[in-house]
Amino acid sequence: MATLVRWPTTASRTARQSRREVWLGKVIVITSGKGGVGKTTTSAAFAAGLALRGHKTVVIDFDVGLRNLDLVMGCERRVVFDFINVINGDANLNQALIKDKRNDNLYIFPTSQTRDKDALKREAVERVIEELKNQFDYIVCDSPAGIEHGAITALYFADTAIIVTNPEVSSVRDSDRIIGILASKSRRAERNEDPVAVHLLLTRYAPDRVTKGEMLTVEDVKEILSIPLLGVIPESESVLRASNTGTPVVFDEDSPAGRAYLDAVARFLGEQREMRFVKPERRSFFRTLFGRA
Amino acid sequence: MSLFSFLFPQRQGTAAIARDRLKIVLAHERASRDAPDFLPGLQKELIEVVGRYVEIRDDTIRVNVGKSGETSTLEINIELDGAKLKVGTGKPVIVASANPGAAAAGRPAKPVKSG
Repeated sequence: MATLVRWPTTASRTARQSRREVWLGKVIVITSGKGGVGKTTTSAAFAAGLALRGHKTVVIDFDVGLRNLDLVMGCERRVVFDFINVINGDANLNQALIKDKRNDNLYIFPTSQTRDKDALKREAVERVIEELKNQFDYIVCDSPAGIEHGAITALYFADTAIIVTNPEVSSVRDSDRIIGILASKSRRAERNEDPVAVHLLLTRYAPDRVTKGEMLTVEDVKEILSIPLLGVIPESESVLRASNTGTPVVFDEDSPAGRAYLDAVARFLGEQREMRFVKPERRSFFRTLFGRA
Repeated sequence: MSLFSFLFPQRQGTAAIARDRLKIVLAHERASRDAPDFLPGLQKELIEVVGRYVEIRDDTIRVNVGKSGETSTLEINIELDGAKLKVGTGKPVIVASANPGAAAAGRPAKPVKSG
């Protein structure tokens, strides 16, 4: 039985509720098909970015058996209950949700380390998602790689999808495949509702290699996949620094990748922002000497 | 590798090749992605039917729906290279392999009593 959990409400939510507006959270899936392209990094950064903009956000790990979002978010030692515990009724939602220590708007919902990959039953996941929609502005779903049960469950309830793609042939091909699956297998597709809004996020982009003709350009990938571009995240040393320390990269103000993610979040919220970090950076002599990306 | 290409390595990037290969492969894959749902079923039944007469492997049969202009086509491709025919089926068989012994050694095919 799903129990309704009451949350300490944010000001904006309270205001909306007092105006009796019905606001249901939006479900965003971070997906790619291919593994290792930056889905978890993106989920952490995007969720943290939305929280920094004042939106109450929860980020859910759908990668059952291969839990990693907790590490990237830096809350691995605070996991007591997980997704499967909630689904099985061993814990309720507010026992499993971990509140981020850096931002009050941000919550992490860890997955289980169980080996039963099919543990996420669609009806049970639906109950959890519907409950989260009442409490949060955005529900960010970190999808596992592949097109198996876990990945399909992660994208099934999506209102919006962010397709994380590297400028590399296998990643682009798998992204195309996932875009096809979103168009046919999502709940919106099955119910003949408006299709899932799909956005391209190009990650690990190396402008200097693009200039040399060694790497697909933003325009190439955009043209091939023919979906709108949300952002370009440059290959950056700061991404590894961030995961080493369990800090979403947007909290690193010096990081080009972090700033690119914040731009992408702003565009997602409807702002116009110029694409940065798509041209080779001119490193000053000083920076070359004491280089930090 | 010639001495020339060793001394003057090609500076042209490979990104253009990647782009062109992707465009071609995705054009194919998108066409088959929109294929009707009955294709896997059709393929399975075709394997059953053809398999009564000739030994074929699942992967030697390809069913595609194509479209060129106004016409839609259903293309069925069955590779019989090296396939053995099954003896005693009582029906005309496709002798697919260059193995006349298989057909000759079989008993004369019994007519099937049709019911």
